[in-house]
Amino acid sequence: MADGMQGVDVDYDGLIPNNVGLNGDERLKKALETWHPGYIDWWKDMGPEGFQEALVYLRTAVSVDPKGWAKFGFVKMPDYKWGILLAPAVPNRTIPFGKHKGEPVWQEVPGEYRAMLRRLLVIQGDTEPASVEQQRHLGATAPSLYDLRNLFQVNVEEGRHLWAMVYLLQKYFGTQGREEAEELLNRRSGHEDNPRMLGAFNERTPDWLSFFMFTYFTDRDGKMQLEALAQSGFDPLSRTCRFMLTEEAHHMFVGETGVSRIVERTCDAMNKAGITDPTATAQIRALGVIDLPTIQRKINMHYPLTLDLFGNEISTNAANAFNAGIKGRFREDKLTDDHALLDSTYPVLRCIDGQFVEQHVPALSALNMRLRDDFITDAAGGVGRWNKVIEKAGIAFKLTLPHQAHNRRIGEFASIKADPTGQILSEAEWVARVDTFLPTPDDAAYITGLMQPVHGAGDYASWIAPPKAGIDGKPGDFEYVQIHE
Amino acid sequence: MSKQHLIDPEICIRCNTCEATCPIGAITHDANNYVVDATICNFCMDCVAPCPTGSIDNWFHVAAPFSLDDQFGWTELPPRPADGPTEVADALDAEAEALLAEAHARAGGRARAPATASKPRINLFNRANPARATVVGNRRITAPDAESDVRHIILDFAAIPFPVLEGQSIGILPPGTDAQGQPHAMRLYSIASARDGERPNTNNLALTVKRVQEPQPDGSVLRGVASNYLCDLPMGAAVAVVGPFGATFLMPDDPDADIIMICTGTGAAPFRGFTERRRRTAGAVRGRLMMFFGARTPQELPYFGPLQKVPPAVLDQELVYSRLPNQPREYVQDRMRRRADDLAALLGKPTTHVFICGLRGLEDGVEAALTEIGHTHGLDWPSLRSTMRAGGRYHAETY
Repeated sequence: MADGMQGVDVDYDGLIPNNVGLNGDERLKKALETWHPGYIDWWKDMGPEGFQEALVYLRTAVSVDPKGWAKFGFVKMPDYKWGILLAPAVPNRTIPFGKHKGEPVWQEVPGEYRAMLRRLLVIQGDTEPASVEQQRHLGATAPSLYDLRNLFQVNVEEGRHLWAMVYLLQKYFGTQGREEAEELLNRRSGHEDNPRMLGAFNERTPDWLSFFMFTYFTDRDGKMQLEALAQSGFDPLSRTCRFMLTEEAHHMFVGETGVSRIVERTCDAMNKAGITDPTATAQIRALGVIDLPTIQRKINMHYPLTLDLFGNEISTNAANAFNAGIKGRFREDKLTDDHALLDSTYPVLRCIDGQFVEQHVPALSALNMRLRDDFITDAAGGVGRWNKVIEKAGIAFKLTLPHQAHNRRIGEFASIKADPTGQILSEAEWVARVDTFLPTPDDAAYITGLMQPVHGAGDYASWIAPPKAGIDGKPGDFEYVQIHE
Repeated sequence: MSKQHLIDPEICIRCNTCEATCPIGAITHDANNYVVDATICNFCMDCVAPCPTGSIDNWFHVAAPFSLDDQFGWTELPPRPADGPTEVADALDAEAEALLAEAHARAGGRARAPATASKPRINLFNRANPARATVVGNRRITAPDAESDVRHIILDFAAIPFPVLEGQSIGILPPGTDAQGQPHAMRLYSIASARDGERPNTNNLALTVKRVQEPQPDGSVLRGVASNYLCDLPMGAAVAVVGPFGATFLMPDDPDADIIMICTGTGAAPFRGFTERRRRTAGAVRGRLMMFFGARTPQELPYFGPLQKVPPAVLDQELVYSRLPNQPREYVQDRMRRRADDLAALLGKPTTHVFICGLRGLEDGVEAALTEIGHTHGLDWPSLRSTMRAGGRYHAETY
């Protein structure tokens, strides 16, 4: 066995499948087994509503080695094997950035960074159960069994990501970690008194278009955060996040293809009906599909919410985390600068006295913005592919990402109003035009009306095209969820 | 012609998982596409399972490989070459592919995997990079005095991931060289255990191996290289394994599927895997397993003892013997005729699958019996067989 295979084999016999040698750590094992019943209770209370007994064709990660990475099979969700899986250790890895650059990575938490690390873990961990809570009613209106299965796959993997963060809290943060792990099960998305920590994770996910937008944009924020944490000098965090990223890719896939299939269906229906004007809303909606401007308005809502998750434009927290070697940049290992950033600057679009100003600010304090810019580039790729679908159908319409000042609630742009192209508006202008930017009550009512469950194997709702390929190579009429007893 | 690994740009979402996974840097990207460098890719398949979209699983037969620049420019895959396979390959290894093609040659047409079968992993280990398994079991499963020496051999993979499905095969590379100084040819053996090992959650698999020793007309004895190598292995010995292989002869996952299994001798191996799988998923299963299993005598029937302990509710078994003293010879096709009503009822259902595995020639007897049963029960067997084969419900693997 090569050295690189250390930590690859997964113990599946115990209550908690893991490749972290849980059996050899009685204290941790007991802590996690004590936490487990609370987790299952949370899943049953706040997980997908109404389908806990259904057999769902799910992927379970069974190894961190790509050769044996995952298996597919029918499982009832409460029986899903949520485990603790870390990517294989990289031998002789050193801290890749910050003031400790070049030192051996930490296998234990350095005392001076305990508080900082704990907070990062709790924030990341809090988003995982939050999204499950946000999506718990969607099963009732799934446009197909295929989509229902994808929703549940996303949900169980968010559950596993909670496990991943709880493992780190329980293993490395003692009593405090244990308390934080409990709190992760107690907060509730959208709850008045005890909400989740970040704004976007307290928003409702009222319909499937919102779900696809959320998995496309907001889970992509998750990807960027995981990419940055995967660079961490705290090796257990790096290994955890590296493995989570392979799962996160599926969530991105659900969002990107979900929107793409809606766009495809709309274009197809328009062409069949001979409608060329994408703004002929009434005619298009009469076809039972979602008109492209409504999809644009949904983008205008979800994208800014996600930009808000990156925090303030200028941030000392981000600078400290980088300097400490705790949280790096997107694909830090592929960047070729000095990885210390003490003397460099980064251009940031700021809002000063109500006007946009591009400023070169110290690169360390602009790390949130740098990650946000990487996110914007990444997010633009899928929008480009949606536009290809529209272009291929010969329809004159283009979806766009709105300007970063549009519809913001956090950061410097929160103080102004801007339209999706970045024109600064007065309050009165905003009120007059907001219905053309953001989803209206009419849009919501129309979409809600479309949300009727489709449960026939191989059948799809009127407003979404079938996928190009099945999950796990399955044929089009595969019964991904067996709802019957 | 050579094989080339390609990514379907229409389905790919550019998530970077493949590039991050590839152990040898064969995958790269530009602003447009993720692509595989044909000069580097060694078909190790590491990138296939983690891909969330399925876009990664494309294998073209090409006269000249597409360059990186070709691939960067694509918005969709080029048309598949007309003479290339349109179905999933059983193996990407030419040696294994030829062996499987030969074994499947008499199914009457190209086989398809059952619609509900799990997606198989193939070709994870090859001659250049075999998996090293350890023998953790090797016992004779025919009677000590029987002429036929058939063994149940368990290979353990320790920490090496070696994911298999019931019905797949592995390749064994006997050490040493032949008379021409070439490495011995690969031999394929069907996996005789369930996907999760001999016991649930063990990383091992079982083989059913018959020691080949046939007297020749000149008085010598032909001794099979691989079978004798395997049968003689002591506990703890290391074995070089390649594969897994096979993408069509696979167990359906549908809990409602009825499965008719017809075999002789070591052809029972995959059906032991099927039966074990059904035992472990018993809670969800409603479909039936029906087996016709032929040997010369009970003493020579592999797994005779264990089969006596399988409850009829799990497996409806017909053990058939052709050399019982003072009894007329009976073959599987004879017993199938006696169960004509049951077989006809099963064959009339759209969820029934037929699997045949054993010595070459078995299909002919089965074919005759099923045609006859068809006549008496109003089924046009030849056309039904074509329908079933096209739907992934008829499979034959003989050697």
